[in-house]
Formats: sequence, C-alpha cells, structure tokens
Amino acid sequence: MTTLYLNVISGGILIGVIYALIALGLTIIFGVMRLVNFAHGEMVVIGMYAGYALWSATGLPPWTLAPVAALLLFAMGYLLQKAIINAFIDRPQHAQFILFIALALIITGLHLLFFGPDPRPIQIVESMQSYAIGPIRLDVMRTQAALMAIGLIGLLMLFLKYSTIGASIRAAADNLIGAQVIGIRVRRVYAVTAGIGIACAGAAGALIAPLFDAQPFLATDFTLIGFIIVIVGGLGSLMGALVGGVMIGVAEALAALTVSPALKTIFSYALLVLVLLLRPNGIFGEPERS
Amino acid sequence: MRPPALSRWPALAFFAAMAAAGPLMDSFWQSLLTLVFFYAYMGLSWNLMMSAGLLSLGHALFLGVGAYATAVLIATAGLDPWLSLAAGGFLAAMVGSALTWLGARFSVRGVHFALLTIAFAELFRVLFDNWELVGGTGGFFLKAINPETNRPLATLRGGTLFFYLAFLSATAGAYFIIGRLMASRWGYRWRGLHADEDAARALGVPALQSKVLVVAISAGLAGVGGGLFGLMQGSLFPDSVMGVRVSIDILIAPIIGGLGSLFGPIIGAFFVVPLMEFSNVLAQRIGFFGLNTLINGMLILAVITFLPDGLWPRLIALARFRSSAQCSK
Repeated sequence: MTTLYLNVISGGILIGVIYALIALGLTIIFGVMRLVNFAHGEMVVIGMYAGYALWSATGLPPWTLAPVAALLLFAMGYLLQKAIINAFIDRPQHAQFILFIALALIITGLHLLFFGPDPRPIQIVESMQSYAIGPIRLDVMRTQAALMAIGLIGLLMLFLKYSTIGASIRAAADNLIGAQVIGIRVRRVYAVTAGIGIACAGAAGALIAPLFDAQPFLATDFTLIGFIIVIVGGLGSLMGALVGGVMIGVAEALAALTVSPALKTIFSYALLVLVLLLRPNGIFGEPERS
Repeated sequence: MRPPALSRWPALAFFAAMAAAGPLMDSFWQSLLTLVFFYAYMGLSWNLMMSAGLLSLGHALFLGVGAYATAVLIATAGLDPWLSLAAGGFLAAMVGSALTWLGARFSVRGVHFALLTIAFAELFRVLFDNWELVGGTGGFFLKAINPETNRPLATLRGGTLFFYLAFLSATAGAYFIIGRLMASRWGYRWRGLHADEDAARALGVPALQSKVLVVAISAGLAGVGGGLFGLMQGSLFPDSVMGVRVSIDILIAPIIGGLGSLFGPIIGAFFVVPLMEFSNVLAQRIGFFGLNTLINGMLILAVITFLPDGLWPRLIALARFRSSAQCSK
C-alpha cells in the first residue's frame, strides 16, 4: 500500500516539475509586464508540435530536443512582443485579454491547418520502460523529461541571478519606474521577458509531448493548469510557481488514486477558489504594491 | 465617461423592423440571426457586469446553470416552461450573487476576480460532468415535441421563427432594462466603481451591494438566455454550455462592438457571428480545418489593434463627422 502511494507521489512530482516550467513562463511574464498570457497553453502546444516535428525529423530522444524548442519559441516570443504585444501593455485588462484570445485562436487555427485535429504520438521503446529505485518505479520518459525541466529551470534561475539582462528583468519586475530612471531599456527587457516566458512554455511542451500526444485542443487544459499553479503560488512569484507546480502535480495524482480520476481536477479548482479568497496573492506571493 | 447611446426611438424602430422582417426570411437567415441575437443578448448581460468594472471570464457558468435548471425542471419535474425559465434565471442570479459576495467579502479584485469567475465556472462544469441527475458527460436531453400540436407560447419551444423572435425580444427587453438601470443611481454607482473603486467607496458608494446587485442582474439575464438556448438545442452537455470556450465566445461580441456602449454588443454580434458562420462553411467547403479559427483570430486581432474602442463608437464618430460635414456645406 505504501509502495503504491510512493509510486503515485513520485509520478506526481515528475509531472509537477514540468507543470512548474509551464507556470514559470506565465509568472515571469506577469511579474514584469503585468500581462496575463491567456494563450500560454497554446504556446505549450506549439512546443509539443515542435518536439514532435524535431523528433520525427531527427529521431533523437525527445528530452534532448527541448532546448531547441525553447530557442525557437524564445525567438517567436521576442518577435511577438516587439510586433504586437508591446502596444497593449498600457491598455486596459480586457483589451489585453482579447489580444491573447486572438493569439490563441490564430495559433490553434495554424495547428489545425498544419497538423490536423488527430493526436500525434511520439512512439519509442523507452515509453514502456521504467527505472527501479528500491520499491519505487519511475517511468523513463517522465524521469528524463523532469530532469531536463529541472536543468532548464536551474539555468533560467542562474541567468536571472547573474546575467546583466537577468538583473534588468528583476529590476523591471521590482520597480518599473526605478528601472527606467537608472537607464534600463524597458522595451528590450519586455521582449526578452516575453521570449523567456514563451520559451518556458515551449520547452515544457516539447518535454510533455511524449507523455500526452500532441493535439491542438490540449491548450485550454494547460492554460488552466498554469493559472491554478500561478495563483496558488502567487502571481509573479518564481518560487511559488516551482512549489505550486509540484504541489498540483502531486495533488492531482493523489486525487486520481484516492477519489476518482474524473474528479481530480475538482481538487485543483477548489484549491484555486480557496487560495483566491483567502490569500489572493498566493502562498508565496507578496502583498500587492500600491 | 458617457457612452454613446442610441436613443430610445431609433432602437425601438430597429427592433420592430427586425421583428417584421422575421417571417420574410428563409430558415437559413432566421437561424443565423437567432444566433446573432443570442450572442447580442449574452453580450449585453456580460457588458452590464463590465460596466461595474467586473471582468467575467466565466459567464458560461450563469448560462449553464440557467440552461440546466430550466431543462431539468421542465423534463423531470414537469413544471410550467415559463416558471422554469424564471427559476433558471433566479438560480443563476443566486449563483452569481454568492460568487460576488464571496469575492467582495474577501476583497478579490481585478485579475484575481476574473480568475475567480473562471475557477467557479470550471468547478461547476466538472461537477456537472459527474452529476448523474443531469446526465453527466452523456448530456441531458429534452423529449422531442410534435410540431403539429405544439403551442410555442405554452411549451416555449418551436421552429426557427419562434426562437428568432424569442431571442430578438429578449435582446430588446435586455436593451431597455439595462438602459434604464444605467441611467438610475445604481448605474452611476457601477460606473463609479469601474472608474476608481477606492474613490467611489470614499464617496459613499456601497461597493458590496452594488457589485452583488449588478452580478445578480447580469447572471439572471444570462440564466434566462441559457434557459431559452437549452430549449432551442434540446440537448445540454456540460462542455457545450459551461466550457471555457463558451465564456470566451460570449465576450468577443461586446468587446468588438464597443465596451460600455449599450448598442455595442448588438453591433458586435452582427459582425462576429456571421463571420464565424461563413468562415466555418468556407473551411468545410475547401476542407481546411482550422481556417475558420485562424480567420476569427486574425479579425479579432485586427479590430482590437486598430479600433481600440470597438466598432460602435467608431460608427457613431463617422456618422457625426458626416452630418457635421453636411452642416458646414
């Protein structure tokens, strides 16, 4: 019995790390630009298709392709920010919301045009195998994906902490006017931030592609999971996204085991409602600056 | 902020002309315009909440509660359709009030309130997915009616013309009710809360009551619209009446048409709904799935980028420009 729980929890942690990467992208965009990316799930799906296409072209193990997908989506995010999103930063919330709805529709439309509505599975031998650590069995694909996700998250953290651009991003998130006063080029910071946020979604998509078969309509689920994590962890908080991601991964896995797989999402939504009401800034979030 | 309004008589003339044109149209146009007025009506309801600064991303919740309550009361309890429709609206209003009271009580504002509406809508959708009484994911079905002996005004079900007129009159009703409300003291309070909640509170606007009231009315209207929609469809599935997609479809028309204007949602629906239908047909004809979604996205992007205030204020501005140009001649 304990073994079963240990297995379910470890499986939840592995998927939770990938969720955390999705949420990290959302939270970094919100933290710097105060934009809520409602097309985040669609961007995860772009990553899934990128992973799928790269895998069918090269035959390399899927987890090694995530950095390539991340670079592609970084470029996309950077250009998207420069070309379209920038004009919306000072517009009211509902206008920003509609912008991302439009982007989500365009992305889904393109996915349908290029790949069709049918799922695109990545089938390799490893998807049947698992590592055994004592009584715990870890799915090979999930473990590889989770380790890659941890690696990418670590790189991102180092980048934010030690690079000059990383420091400007943190400065802009912390105090926008102050950042402008000391000469940080905010437009460039915005474009890099959008690139990083969307690259997180893309990398997570490429990592998750072998686990969930790529399909355009998965996007809404990813967007909602991202929101739940980010709200529970605190909008704009990096630490919150990481802990929240693992928490939601484990909670969903446990709920699927103990209650019923169909009801597992209810727990996430109920948790979301509770956090919104009791701690709107999340468990790790700081109170809103006025 | 004084939104440009269509004064009472031109609006009345518009609705009367649309009603008179109903019997002259073939069933294709009738069903297309039924959908237009359905979205216009839901857009008016959504826009009412927005007028108080409350961004609803979960309007499907109110639509769905109304739709399910009406259908279940008619089919399972055998209640009178008119009473069921009213009960559906009432229940939706209750759900909306509860949500808003909770939100306001714990001072959930801005983005967080919008996310609260999605969270509630999704919570209810998953609950309905797993609720046997309403058919779960398998859906809830109304018995087919016999068109020979059916009396539409008694059963609230009928052909395309009946539902066209039903949604047209619902839209007209909502238009005038909301117009009156916005001119009342509550309308000023709602606009005050939208402009600056803290300043409005400081001036003595009862924020909690005002918010609960505006959401109750908005949700009640959406519930009645949902009830009618369910009777028109004859079948209900949690995903097709409560899904995130439904909530999004509802708010596109009012934003495209022009926020904060009373006629905006109607203009927006006249623009968006035919566009979606025609691009659907086009995509099916040439076999490019996704083309319709792509076209919708591009057009919405174009409108939101180049016409930030929506279509209606722009049309008004054009009309004023024309008439002033004529005066100066």
